[in-house]
Amino acid sequence: MFVKRRGLLKAAGALGALLAAGLLRPIAALAATWNKEAFAAKSAADALKSLGAAGAEASGAIAIEAPQIAENGAVVPIEILSNIPGTTSIAVLIEKNPFPLAGRFDFMEGALAFVKLNVKMGETSDVRAVATAGGKSYTATKEIKVTIGGCGG
Amino acid sequence: MAAGPMRMRATLGAGYTDVRVLMSHPMETGQRKGSDGKLIPLHFIQNVTVKVNGKTVVEGQISQAISRNPVFSFRIKGGAKGDKIEVSWLDNQGETNSTETAVA
Repeated sequence: MFVKRRGLLKAAGALGALLAAGLLRPIAALAATWNKEAFAAKSAADALKSLGAAGAEASGAIAIEAPQIAENGAVVPIEILSNIPGTTSIAVLIEKNPFPLAGRFDFMEGALAFVKLNVKMGETSDVRAVATAGGKSYTATKEIKVTIGGCGG
Repeated sequence: MAAGPMRMRATLGAGYTDVRVLMSHPMETGQRKGSDGKLIPLHFIQNVTVKVNGKTVVEGQISQAISRNPVFSFRIKGGAKGDKIEVSWLDNQGETNSTETAVA
């Protein structure tokens, strides 16, 4: 009886260890892929530096679709498409937001270099898209006028 | 407001599959005050992953500047009816959610 119970405890312990090793690790790995330094940057230039895209070259092959005037800064739809062949990532920066970097998307085989997202904008600002292709960075901007900011509340 | 359910639609377009996903999430910026006058702590989605038939095709890192209840569109090259699309997210407080759908 006691032996059995001990065996059960041992099995439970082993299961716990397995859970810890097998289930917790993927979450930690996921969390590690968030570029804290770039997201904490308070200027677009610093964020770009952290992304390794400081010397991005202006490009007409990045299309930014967004309203010229956003009435509500809390929800501003932005659509970005990179026509640069071999684009592997797109970063979106709202230059005048307190933390300019809004997102960065990595595209693997099977996905088009396209993303549509809704962002908050505190005030009228340039929106900058930065695409990476073949180890080089390319950028385009578009100004969006905001009538009511969306960062306070 | 806690994180709630997700909704997703995947439809065949011209040469690509359009994936549109809605996540229920407060996306708190940490700068907003609640009714008690205290700042509401930062609470936002940090990672978004899109998988097609089990293979990761888009990995997104996002900030608190994404609007509340985020909506994203992604485009998958080609695609066929019945392809399985899975989208998951992870926020800064360790909450996570995912949803899957078949291409229609």
